Amino acid sequence: MKILVGVKRVVDFNVKIRVKADGSGVDLANVKMAMNPFDEIAIEEALRLKESGIATEVIAVSMGDAAAAETIRAGLAMGADRGILVKAEGRLEPLAVAKALAAVAKKEQPGLVILGKQAIDDDANQTGQMLSALLSWPIATFASKVAVADNAATVTREVDGGHETVRVTLPAVITADLRLNQPRYASLPNIMKAKKKPLEEFAAADLGVDVTPRLTVTKVSEPPGRRAGTRVATVAELVGKLKEAGAL
Amino acid sequence: MTTLLLAEHDNSTVKEGTSRALTAALALGSDVHILVAGKDCAAAAQSASKLAGVATVLHADGDSLAHQLAEPLAALIVSLAPHYDALVAPATAVGKTVMPRVAALLDVMQVSEIVKVVAPNTFERPIYAGNAIETVTSNDAKRVVTVRPAAFPPVAEGPAAPIESIPAPQASTQSSFVGAELTRSTRPELTSARIVVSGGRAFQSAENFRKYLEPLAEKLKAAIGASRAAVDAGYAPNELQVGQTGKVVAPDLYIAVGISGAIQHLAGMKEAKVIVAINKDPEAPIFAIADYGLVGDLYEILPELERAL
Repeated sequence: MKILVGVKRVVDFNVKIRVKADGSGVDLANVKMAMNPFDEIAIEEALRLKESGIATEVIAVSMGDAAAAETIRAGLAMGADRGILVKAEGRLEPLAVAKALAAVAKKEQPGLVILGKQAIDDDANQTGQMLSALLSWPIATFASKVAVADNAATVTREVDGGHETVRVTLPAVITADLRLNQPRYASLPNIMKAKKKPLEEFAAADLGVDVTPRLTVTKVSEPPGRRAGTRVATVAELVGKLKEAGAL
Repeated sequence: MTTLLLAEHDNSTVKEGTSRALTAALALGSDVHILVAGKDCAAAAQSASKLAGVATVLHADGDSLAHQLAEPLAALIVSLAPHYDALVAPATAVGKTVMPRVAALLDVMQVSEIVKVVAPNTFERPIYAGNAIETVTSNDAKRVVTVRPAAFPPVAEGPAAPIESIPAPQASTQSSFVGAELTRSTRPELTSARIVVSGGRAFQSAENFRKYLEPLAEKLKAAIGASRAAVDAGYAPNELQVGQTGKVVAPDLYIAVGISGAIQHLAGMKEAKVIVAINKDPEAPIFAIADYGLVGDLYEILPELERAL
């Protein structure tokens, strides 16, 4: 069984982003980029399924401009076998990405697609669910545990009230939550090896995917700020202030 | 045209997130119908009908809807979609899972976790863990929208709206419910509590987390939250996590204890009306956004605070 994993190039999670003064977006010039952290978890889970003999091949897929190839290489350095880059320029929305992934899935026929539950840039939390719909496959979001047997995946999900376990038949789409696993670091020899692993490229148009955005972003602004208030010295002073403010 | 709102419920009553999402749905300017889909959920449909501003409640009841699995629920919503020009849900675990599936089946780009309705097709939503706010206009024929409940007030109670029964969809052959481990608590729900006391890594163990936070929460009739660090360390269960990837809360009072204030945690609580930070590190970033800061040892401060209340 092949496993397809989606990887997205995003601003590194340690970077404090800046909103452009003209409100046109977030300043990405000279900002450190990295693989979306949830996608690292998705890759790790796919690699573990391969190491346990359930999967035979792990394919890292990304969509974007030429720079997205770096993110695929990062996935290959972790241990993915090969990469696929769907080239497209400009702002890509989850619906377009889901369509591209669906086209790749139809070519590759994986048993499982694993994606991060959301990207830390647009925080959309949509692509996996959309992909499952486009393929008419079942979906298990927010996975914290995955077990594959008998042509089905049993997935424990982090839900509002605790945990829930569902069983989905394969092929299926799973989205990874924080506590699914601890992703490995790529070793230097593996980073070198990754450079020689195959990376195929397609243009989005060749896959029949129209990437024209459906949403128009009219403004990006700073959120209303909060200022530091006062320091209190004692518990009694704290309780007094809270009562004064009507918070207690 | 009309707006359809998917209710979040437990089969006996609608959750407050539904009421808050209704405020956003009504701001779209059209009549709002609420869909209560579940199993033996007539009581939940009754409670939905009493939310002020609802025109009609659609009540779908059947085995296929017992566990709110995405596949049958999305199929049901898509079958209703021709009658609606906007499909809305609170951004809960169910809403977040089912609505993008609906959107893709309708070839619509979803607008996720809105915090403000600017116009019927224009919304504000946080990006980059709330470090930027994006204003987006949907150009699709229909709108599919999820609503961040904490950003909208709940509606009042109103006269009962009519309830219409509709057939449940067929069960999915691809997906089935195995089981759930849900935490039962007598305390208020984290996302709708008026007061939240939250703990971080400084508690050092699950025992301390309970021993020191629970009495305070009890006294304040507060919900308990946790930072990601506390959840990752196993001090608190995942459903208590407040932050970008956990729950987003906006209580009247948020007391952060032993939480340093990572960006991703702030994303989940900085809309609280009053924030109190208790931390032994005077340089902790949480103090930069706290209304009241108290530097000191939580093991001394928490028992003292509990006694002082």
